[in-house]
Amino acid sequence: MSLRPLTAPWFHGPAGHEKIWLGCAILWCFVMSLMMPYWHFRGKQNSTGEAYTVKPADFLARTEKFVAANRVGTYKHPGNALLGEVPVVEPPPGGDAYLIGRMWQWYPALRLRQGETYRIHLSALDLQHGFSLQPLNMNFQAVPGYDHVLTLTPTSKGEFTIVCNEFCGIGHSSMTGKIFVE
Amino acid sequence: MSTTSHNLAAPGTPGRVCGTTGLHVCFDAQRFIKLNAVSGIVFLLLGGIAALLLALTRWQTVHLLPVDWFYRILTFHGLNMLIFWILFFEVAILYFACTTPLNARLYSKKVAWLSFALMLVGALMTDYIILKGQADVMMTSYLPLLAHPVFYLGIILVAVGTLIGVFNFFATLYVAKRDKAYTGSMPIVTFGALAAAIIAVVTLLHGAVVMIPTFTYSMGWTAEPDPIWYRLIWWGLGHQSQQVNVCAMVSVWYLLTHIVLGSRPINEAVCRSAFVLYILFINLASAHHLLVDPAVGATWKIWNTSYAMYLAVLASMVHGFTVPAGVEVAMREKGYTSGIFGWVTALPWKNPAFSGTALSVVIFGFLGGITGVTLGTQQINIIAHNTLRIPGHFHVTVVGGTTLAFMALAYYVIPLIFQRDFIWRGLARVQPWLFGLGITLLAFGMSFAGSMGVSRRSYDIDAQGVYGPAAHLWLGVLGIGGVLAFLSLLIFVVLCVGTLFFGQKIEGRPMADWGTPRALAGTTPGSLAHDHYATKGTMVLTLVFLACFVVYYFANWKALADVWPVR
Repeated sequence: MSLRPLTAPWFHGPAGHEKIWLGCAILWCFVMSLMMPYWHFRGKQNSTGEAYTVKPADFLARTEKFVAANRVGTYKHPGNALLGEVPVVEPPPGGDAYLIGRMWQWYPALRLRQGETYRIHLSALDLQHGFSLQPLNMNFQAVPGYDHVLTLTPTSKGEFTIVCNEFCGIGHSSMTGKIFVE
Repeated sequence: MSTTSHNLAAPGTPGRVCGTTGLHVCFDAQRFIKLNAVSGIVFLLLGGIAALLLALTRWQTVHLLPVDWFYRILTFHGLNMLIFWILFFEVAILYFACTTPLNARLYSKKVAWLSFALMLVGALMTDYIILKGQADVMMTSYLPLLAHPVFYLGIILVAVGTLIGVFNFFATLYVAKRDKAYTGSMPIVTFGALAAAIIAVVTLLHGAVVMIPTFTYSMGWTAEPDPIWYRLIWWGLGHQSQQVNVCAMVSVWYLLTHIVLGSRPINEAVCRSAFVLYILFINLASAHHLLVDPAVGATWKIWNTSYAMYLAVLASMVHGFTVPAGVEVAMREKGYTSGIFGWVTALPWKNPAFSGTALSVVIFGFLGGITGVTLGTQQINIIAHNTLRIPGHFHVTVVGGTTLAFMALAYYVIPLIFQRDFIWRGLARVQPWLFGLGITLLAFGMSFAGSMGVSRRSYDIDAQGVYGPAAHLWLGVLGIGGVLAFLSLLIFVVLCVGTLFFGQKIEGRPMADWGTPRALAGTTPGSLAHDHYATKGTMVLTLVFLACFVVYYFANWKALADVWPVR
């Protein structure tokens, strides 16, 4: 009885249908826990959390240096006054790129080559921001004080939008950025 | 107080014998069950009004609120629903679980008053400062976002008040044992509540560890805590508190299926072990929220995500079997034996406590459980983190699961504890179904919009220029589901409050029956106690569940394999 104390001995091992279900459930939990390490060796999409501590001012300085050295153009967000103009920057294939999230823009815009691998340094200067690459729907966290390194290989061409998906104040929903893949 | 016995059967102990169940009810516990449950329902109504406003804003075609009020109301909604409503109601459940089933008197009235007062003052402080516009930080208040100090202080008071209530629960268990109020082992409902209480202590200590330095920082007394440290410890509060809900909800499943159908756990040892698994392995769930964060490594993420081989998920899968299996055995013992599912059609689907429980099991398991485990898979989180898929998941666990189970419980708590029969009983019979439908639509809308990349906690999806008509359609489904769920919530609150004032008094007589299946002639209770193959229907249902789980899980790996390679 569920509502009164048990006075008869109640310790019995599982039996019958219950035992069958328990077996199925344990097996499934085992499969699920093996999938994650398996994907680290065989799968191509993993979040390793590679990161280094960095002062926001230092990260800004590194980004400005990266922009000055690799700038290839200017992108003007159509109809988005908050964002204004951002430089378009093309990192060398296999090289490092820097991306800042701040209220309320992603800076700078990046131009990448299909099939090349880049180390994207992602950080935030003021509040936490969410890097959400659309329409692919890939999401990573940008946290002030941490240089979050994403080793990324674009495999499709086109214009991609970075949406902010961590609440960062009143302009949050208009905070966007661009990645162009050629 | 220590001179009087805490055995309710002892002469002179303030209590009564229930006219419906014949069980002893402690007057002190009864008073605080009433106070906490009513406060909980008031916060549920506040959070529900906020929910309606939010659903009508994210429904992009309606887009009701201005931007600042959207984020303000979102903060308000999260705290009132996830913290205040649930905690108040859970304290009521704890006071019930440690007294009536054990035949015990509540340890202390004064402690219960202190707990209640701290929780109420804290909740009101937090709500006041949010509505004043000085805490637009979301429920999670991720640093460096900073709210007014009163926001943190209010939450700390609620946490301390709850801890004191939990202490009263533990103390009652102790004095019940000491004064021999009962003999034998505590029943499963109390055991489940004990598991919830233990997890609550660990959870609230995490809350103290993270909220106190944040409060002192907001006062300017100490330096800013590290934002990643904050996320890690905050989710030790935020995620584990949901496991308190799971434990309380599962206890309510066992309680209500017992009250309505007379069902019992088919194996006490297995059910209790499952609760122990929750206590041992849920503590690591904080990692779910840090799966795409910097600075925490892949090994740490994997280990913590799978809670050491998903042993807490295993626990839920055990309860997901034993609860319907207990129902099936009880129904077959009553003589409803035709075919595999004859017992299902004979169930009292018009009894709101039963339909609420059954919907809670199905919505929690099929929708909430499957999505939760999948989204919490380390790599799959890349295509889900901070999208609407996340609230799409937790609205079917916490709302479709826990809140619906607690609503179902109210259909017995109010007659048995407040001793009034429900008004408008026909409306009550519809309420759980409408709520289940609304929440399911809401969650589908959120989940599908989230799969298309729509982010959570975002005021507007048109500014980005990347979301098409399909995303707008699913946000419309979200809006309609939200409106239906709110209507049902409003019906629930009106029924409860109306009953407290106008319900027919039932002192000394049994409560009006909501509908329970009669035992057919020639049947004996307990006749299937030793038949371990009597649960064919449950076996089929759980295997269907497992099949859905496998398909959804691997479909998500496929979706992940289609995005850009990343390490």
